[in-house]
Amino acid sequence: MNRFLLPLSIFVVVVGFLGIGLTLNPREIPSPLVGKAIPDFSQPQLYDRAKVLSPADLKGKVWLLNFWASWCNGCKTEHPVLMELAKSGEVPIYGMDYKDQQDEAMTWLRRWGNPYPIVGVDEAGRVGINFGVYGVPETYVIDKQGVIRYKQIGPLTPDTVAKKIIPLVKQLESE
Amino acid sequence: MNWVMLIILCVSGPAWAGEARPLTDDPVAEARLKHLAVELRCLVCQNQTLADSSAPLAEDLRREVREMIAKNMSDQEIIEFLVSRYGDFVLYRPPLKATTTLLWVGPFALMAIGATALVITLRRRSRTMVEVSVTDEEHRRVEQLLAEGEKRS
Repeated sequence: MNRFLLPLSIFVVVVGFLGIGLTLNPREIPSPLVGKAIPDFSQPQLYDRAKVLSPADLKGKVWLLNFWASWCNGCKTEHPVLMELAKSGEVPIYGMDYKDQQDEAMTWLRRWGNPYPIVGVDEAGRVGINFGVYGVPETYVIDKQGVIRYKQIGPLTPDTVAKKIIPLVKQLESE
Repeated sequence: MNWVMLIILCVSGPAWAGEARPLTDDPVAEARLKHLAVELRCLVCQNQTLADSSAPLAEDLRREVREMIAKNMSDQEIIEFLVSRYGDFVLYRPPLKATTTLLWVGPFALMAIGATALVITLRRRSRTMVEVSVTDEEHRRVEQLLAEGEKRS
């Protein structure tokens, strides 16, 4: 019996590690930007190209920056959640239309609703690179000092909004 | 033979699919880009390098690297630019630091454990082996049996 004990315990440990490995998501790469100042940008607005969207104008506010595109499937999934959050008035969600066609983006928003007070346009994806975006949708929570406090990779779900975003926003509002 | 053809087809597939179009006319800059891009991971198709990948993000990042090369930035500066945005994950050779110790030391530790286990088992086995002495009578009997066996075959 004793001679099976060692192989068996090794087996159990390996299975344990593999089990943990299965629950991890390899697509979620921790961002080095969390806790750092938001990369500066100044992008034309989707509905008024003459005006810009810039983080400098939002200083002193807690806000979300949501990278999306009309071609992105995850954004469609996420959209009702953003609409709901926008309606609740908990926190403003600013949009960044990532590598998209202007008319298609406008059609998309007309069709599914517009949760954003302002949408910036990042046609070349340069703002995306500065934010370390590697797959849309991605959402950043930015505090009053303009520091990134949280990054959501992939669609926001009602669950993450209720358990992470709202509590974090409330905490940042009181800071 | 068919399956060999299939493997060749599968292996060569990504090679032509991911061929990067040269965007600069400067062969020196292009060589530097290639040299850098094989060290960097594409974040969309995570098992491809930035050089192989045809994902739109990889194309954008190659453009970004090209521009940095044109600005005369050093390899170190370019790599730092990418790491500050995407983390150590973009590096195919992660740096040795507190969070990556297990990654670097792990395989050697496992090999050491394996080698120790092997040595211990071999020693134990050699101790349990017992020399069996054979008498002259038994020896003769063995020779006889072997001879008989040879004759029969």
